Amino acid sequence: MTGFSGGAAAVAVVAAQITAVGLGGPLLIGLMRKVRSHLEGRVGPPVHQPLLDLRKLFTKQRIRPSYASWVFGAGPVALVATAVVAVAISPLATTHPPLGQSADFFAVVFLLLLGSVALALAALDTGTSFGGMGASRAMTIGALAEPALLVAILAFSIPAHTSNLPALVRLGLVHPQMIASPERILALGAFVVVILAESGRLPVDNPSTHLELTMIHEAMVLEYAGPDLALVTLGEAMRLTLLLGLFVNLFVPWGVATGSGAIAIVVGLAALAGKVAVVGVAIATFEVFTAKMRLFRLPELLAGGFILAVLGAAAALVV
Amino acid sequence: MNNLTLVITAAGGLAAAIAGGALPAQARVPAAVVLTWGACAAALFAAITVLRTGQSMVLHSTQILPITGVLMVLDPFGAVFVIVTAVVAIAATLYWIGYASHGLSTRTVSAVLPLFVTSMLLVPAAGSVATFLVLWELMALTSLLLVLVDHRRSEATRSAAEWYAVMTHVGAAAILFALVLLSAHAGGQSFAAIRDYAGHLPPGVRGLAFVLAVVGFGSKAGAVPFHVWLPKAHPEAPSPASALMSGAMVNLGIYGIVLVGDRLLGGGPLWWWLVVTVLGIITALFGALQAATSTDLKRLLAYSTADNMGLVLIGVGASGCFATTGHSLVGGLAMVAALFVMVNHAAFKGSLFLSAGSVQVATGSRDLDRLGGLMGRMPITGAVFLVGALAITALPPLNGFVGEWLLFQSLLHGLPASSTVVGVIVSVAVAALALTGGLTAAAFVKVIGVGLLGRPRSAEAASAHEVPRTMQLGAGLLAGACVVLGLVPMIVLPALERAAALVVPGARPTALYGGVDLHLQGLPGVLSPVLLAAGLMLATGAVVAMRGLVGLRSRSRSALRQADAWGCGNGVQTARMQYTATSFAEPLQRVFDDVLRPDHDLEVTHRAESRYYVEKVTYRTSIGDVIEHSLYRPVIAGVNWWGRRARALQNGSVHRYLAYGLVALVVILVVST
Repeated sequence: MTGFSGGAAAVAVVAAQITAVGLGGPLLIGLMRKVRSHLEGRVGPPVHQPLLDLRKLFTKQRIRPSYASWVFGAGPVALVATAVVAVAISPLATTHPPLGQSADFFAVVFLLLLGSVALALAALDTGTSFGGMGASRAMTIGALAEPALLVAILAFSIPAHTSNLPALVRLGLVHPQMIASPERILALGAFVVVILAESGRLPVDNPSTHLELTMIHEAMVLEYAGPDLALVTLGEAMRLTLLLGLFVNLFVPWGVATGSGAIAIVVGLAALAGKVAVVGVAIATFEVFTAKMRLFRLPELLAGGFILAVLGAAAALVV
Repeated sequence: MNNLTLVITAAGGLAAAIAGGALPAQARVPAAVVLTWGACAAALFAAITVLRTGQSMVLHSTQILPITGVLMVLDPFGAVFVIVTAVVAIAATLYWIGYASHGLSTRTVSAVLPLFVTSMLLVPAAGSVATFLVLWELMALTSLLLVLVDHRRSEATRSAAEWYAVMTHVGAAAILFALVLLSAHAGGQSFAAIRDYAGHLPPGVRGLAFVLAVVGFGSKAGAVPFHVWLPKAHPEAPSPASALMSGAMVNLGIYGIVLVGDRLLGGGPLWWWLVVTVLGIITALFGALQAATSTDLKRLLAYSTADNMGLVLIGVGASGCFATTGHSLVGGLAMVAALFVMVNHAAFKGSLFLSAGSVQVATGSRDLDRLGGLMGRMPITGAVFLVGALAITALPPLNGFVGEWLLFQSLLHGLPASSTVVGVIVSVAVAALALTGGLTAAAFVKVIGVGLLGRPRSAEAASAHEVPRTMQLGAGLLAGACVVLGLVPMIVLPALERAAALVVPGARPTALYGGVDLHLQGLPGVLSPVLLAAGLMLATGAVVAMRGLVGLRSRSRSALRQADAWGCGNGVQTARMQYTATSFAEPLQRVFDDVLRPDHDLEVTHRAESRYYVEKVTYRTSIGDVIEHSLYRPVIAGVNWWGRRARALQNGSVHRYLAYGLVALVVILVVST
């Protein structure tokens, strides 16, 4: 890739990934709601309802609690911005994303953490008990999920000798037998637990609850309305899609483009959409049959994830 | 000719101390500060020259210190510590100008603070055992005086100073013993002589000296279980002194461990470095956990210092482990990572302590539960504080992130090559790195969210005012360093590599500098902080523009409306209904109940008429330091018991004392024959 056309192609690939996740994220949420509704015997809203909700929210007025500072408004912006940057560099549609050189697994995780911290600060800025409650619980879960996540990354990275995400995906394509290796399977188990915890799905958090005592994420964003709420919803959907996208590309890399040709990218995006949709349906189905865990039982779940990750790292070292 | 700069450093420090002690009240602080800057500038010049040329700077004088003389040798490894100290000192003394009106312009403080700075600047340049010990002791005593500044006002200060005095001197005794042991065997007291003889030392002596050094220097670095003075002395010292102690002094503990282990003894068996790594893991986890549950702002920062020193020890230990097993490339990388984490810590913790001091000046409190709502009232201090907090949480694009990335990369690349024992320890270290990262995030979301955001939790917080410019500038300077180090870490990494190459023989340069990206040379690993920062700025701009543009097209033109927060349909919420720092940390405290062992005290008073009516309920909970409680209290009780027993020997009778003398003389005569 040289010169202007190379640069334009790179921008196009990055833009395609961001647009796909930005639009696909809300659709994924809609799909998961639809599946849940069907399994519970309801018709449910159409799959594109979250997109309609976003459009409606963006036209509304912004409201800020009277005691909040600029941090309150900055939280949702940081949430979306970090998700956008993480999506831009990650190997979602192609194994050679233009900025893939800096797509270190570690960097992506800490970018997402920046979004979480910004939202938790914004929640505390509202000066209400709900904001504090949500922020406290979210940070507790985040802190406990961190070891499982980082050791899982370690287990992925040891055989590959790198924590670069595109390289990890490429390794799966080139050596399919490595995908079924014990360290990857164990690490992916840990990764699933972390995804459920980080994106606030059951059994960690109930995304559709509005009961004060059980809320985690919803408690944090209770004061948001209009465009700010739209950003929070969009940001959360993008983060879930990104995490699931990384999950499927690490576990089932087939379909992902290996170059930057236009057709290959489109095929890669379609494959990504299909794979993420399958995982989304699986999570939604799982959620129908699962109850939310008590907050103080969660450490056990996260410790379970951590154990899986440690076993994965041990397997990677032994093999 | 160049070594004159070391003389200028010492002379500048002494002049500052004399000016601070002798000048009238108005002139004393500015004069002391300017002269201290002179000392810092000279030291910076010396250190940068040493790093640039790679040549050590030597200064020898037999006139100053009787019998042994003074020998100063500043090598590239020590130069790194000198630079860190000088930068933190410049920021802290700048801050001191504005802070001075808060009881910090007395003669004692004005004379002692420059001496403290100067001693820290010179400790890494010491080239012989005697010089080192004199400077080390000067540093300990001056810092002790600074901790004692507020001793008239608070009992806690006196107790903290007592703890600090005992711990620092137990540590100094261990260091003294280690260094004297080495120099006695080597037959010379210069570090060069010890280094030359190190190969001939019996392994027992080497091991003993290293363990003593780890105990002594570890206590200065705040390694668990020698950390107990840290959460007491740092909060009680005035904030410029806390920033100096936490940003510069604790680093010298790390310097000492590397000095004895690597520079003097030339590395050692694997178990040395395993001990250091394990010590680092325990320190990092314990410090992070205590920080996550503290409600006293400066105590929290002090525990977080222990946490970060734990990470540095992990890096130093891992470096030693890899180097002794023949992987000097990864070993060098781990040492660079450790040094970079230390440099970063100096920048953000210095800034955080100074900001915490500003908050304390503005509100009169450092209890998070009495703060809040300060972001609007103190916008600059608030923003600086936020930058420091985000940096210590290791969030991109700030320096803490680059440091943790380097540390993670060095552990990752060291793992496949290591033996089973090292592999297990290093894996645990990665998990510890992750858990401390998560706990640090929780701790600093609490600091910012409860301390600066939300609604004011006390009348003092509600009427707080922004602090003087010099104080904002002092804290801002170090926060700016966090941003710069995060975006272009290449400006310091080459210097750290040169220092690491001196410590880890055979280490090659690991980071490719000059470009925008951070490449690990010889190892796969790339990070481009500038790209992440640019991407974040671009995305933020785009998102803000999107929010604004879509709003423009809508019917409701007024962009932002203020309203009361939702109070469950129960009217307006009060400030007392907010989450406090205690309630914020409660889930974590409950999860780690077994480690933290909090004290609960529930007292229910019933009415006289019937047990079924409760008059009042008192609930108290506090988290002490479990190590202080279970390790130190018994020792202190034992010493006290011993002291009381010994009192029986002393009844004031001169005859009895003469008898003791006679018995002692006889015993000595018998033993010596």
